[in-house]
Amino acid sequence: MNLPLHLATRFLKSGKTQTFVIVLGIAVGVSVQVFIGSLITGLQKSLVSKTIGSSSQITISAPAGNYIDGYDAIVGDLQTIDQIKVFSPTLDARGTLISGTETQPTTLRGFDFTKANQIYSFDTKLTEGVLPTTDSEVALGVTYKDSPLSLTTGSTIDLNIPLGGTKTFTVVGFFDMNVSALNSSWGITTLANVQDLLGIGNQVSSIETQIKDAYIFDAPTIAASIETTLNNSTYVVSNWVDNNQELLSGLQGQSISSLMIQVFVMISVVLGIASVLAIIVMQKSKQIGILKAMGLKDGDASLVFLYEGLILGILGAILGVLLGLGLSYAFTTFAVGADGTPVVPLFIDPAFIGLSGLIAIAAATLASLIPAGKSKKLSVIEVIRNA
Amino acid sequence: MPNVMELSKITKVYGSKVPTQVLFDVDLAFESGTFNSIIGQSGSGKSTLLNILRTLDRPTSGTVIINGKNIKDMKSKEVSALRNQSIGFIFQFHYLLPEFTALENVLMPYKISKKPVTKEVFERANYLLDFVGLQKVKNNLAVNMSGGQQQRVAIARSLINNPSIVLADEPTGNLDSDSTEQVYDLLREINRKFKTTFIIITHDRRIAEKADRIIEIKDGRINLDIVKAY
Repeated sequence: MNLPLHLATRFLKSGKTQTFVIVLGIAVGVSVQVFIGSLITGLQKSLVSKTIGSSSQITISAPAGNYIDGYDAIVGDLQTIDQIKVFSPTLDARGTLISGTETQPTTLRGFDFTKANQIYSFDTKLTEGVLPTTDSEVALGVTYKDSPLSLTTGSTIDLNIPLGGTKTFTVVGFFDMNVSALNSSWGITTLANVQDLLGIGNQVSSIETQIKDAYIFDAPTIAASIETTLNNSTYVVSNWVDNNQELLSGLQGQSISSLMIQVFVMISVVLGIASVLAIIVMQKSKQIGILKAMGLKDGDASLVFLYEGLILGILGAILGVLLGLGLSYAFTTFAVGADGTPVVPLFIDPAFIGLSGLIAIAAATLASLIPAGKSKKLSVIEVIRNA
Repeated sequence: MPNVMELSKITKVYGSKVPTQVLFDVDLAFESGTFNSIIGQSGSGKSTLLNILRTLDRPTSGTVIINGKNIKDMKSKEVSALRNQSIGFIFQFHYLLPEFTALENVLMPYKISKKPVTKEVFERANYLLDFVGLQKVKNNLAVNMSGGQQQRVAIARSLINNPSIVLADEPTGNLDSDSTEQVYDLLREINRKFKTTFIIITHDRRIAEKADRIIEIKDGRINLDIVKAY
């Protein structure tokens, strides 16, 4: 072991309580950073996923009254954009559900369920029954169950589409999308069913997509590249970012405030370490003076304290990450909602935690620069005179 | 005998606005293997001279030559290295590092030179501790030893790099009369055995008179320089 490092470790060991207190100070800073960071990221991810997780993130739609022809070929072309997780062709028709004298408006949405489930997860949102498979089957939003239409699984219902005529459906299930507007307006069925009802060929009204998680915030650029690939200005390409500016500015505000908290925590940690290390230099000035008298070079004398900062930083970072993870674990275990899931799901990102640790180490080393400079300048004559 | 240390025309002036001259044209030379003492009352310039001798301070004018090297031409790093290799230090207060054991303290000047601690060096450290009579306590922390023991560790430490000069500043100033006698005898024995040049700074005339040469500093000048027959 080189001498400055040896001296640093021995000095730290000789004042165990003092060392422990500084390490704890750094650790508390790091743990706050890890915890707040994970909390805010988790909160944002959960907000984003709750808001747009079960909806189309980029939608290619035909202008009102028109349809997209040859969508298979379009989807084929767009497959080259690999940030997209799934393309789901959709055909919507507005109409009225009629049962006896009772009527209710509805939006009948035709899906290819193997694709649509990847966006809407209908299969997990069914409260009863199954998803439609044949031409005359429909699943309705759960609010219809309590409507004057008095529907249950197995009921038959007429659906009238203006210009498309009326068709009788069997209700095969109900779904709950957790959004009352959808629960009270959507009916879902197969794509072919709606095409048949509208009397159009193999056409759709829109192609809905979901983006892979890593690229979720890149929606506007992905949408732009879709537009370029489509090369057809009649289609409208909309993306969730442009449609949710308020949410995004909220998220941004949250990110900034989280960053500010983390920065101030780190500043206070740095100041704390710097002042404690400055005191250690005072305490050890006799030792440094004697070592210098015996020929220790100024550079090595300052290295002793740089090493002390580094060691304290490493120990503090390790303890802080453990504390932060412990705190996060406690939070997700004890701060739970009525259903037993955490109030805010934390997002534990190893890269972020690693970065927090590295910042703490760098900060501790940086903080030790001042005491290192003091140690370098320490006058041997002064130390010996004042013994 | 060649000179291990030569001071010529040394002056030292402190302060620039109100200059205070502490040393006036001091010429001094120490021959290899001699046992010297420097005495002087406080305020005589003794400590300033000592700091110049141990290269911790530089003279305002004049030259200091140690083992043939003029320290004026050397950078601070080189002076540190020279001090480490050529001068052994014994202080009034033992100045051991309390965080280290006696043996580690003895090895410290060698470790400062950044050379790997070989088996020979380790054995030398053990030998020196045996020599000063501390074989039983060499793995004790410095703080767990008596004052006399600590000063003997400091003596062993001053010798580890085989320096040509040992500068002892009031080496017995902090010890009772029995320990003083023992420490003095030890220094004498080292001088005889290793031919190390000793310069002992003291205010105690009885100690000074035991040396081969007595130099008295008064008002920044050499007042007296008596050499006894070797």
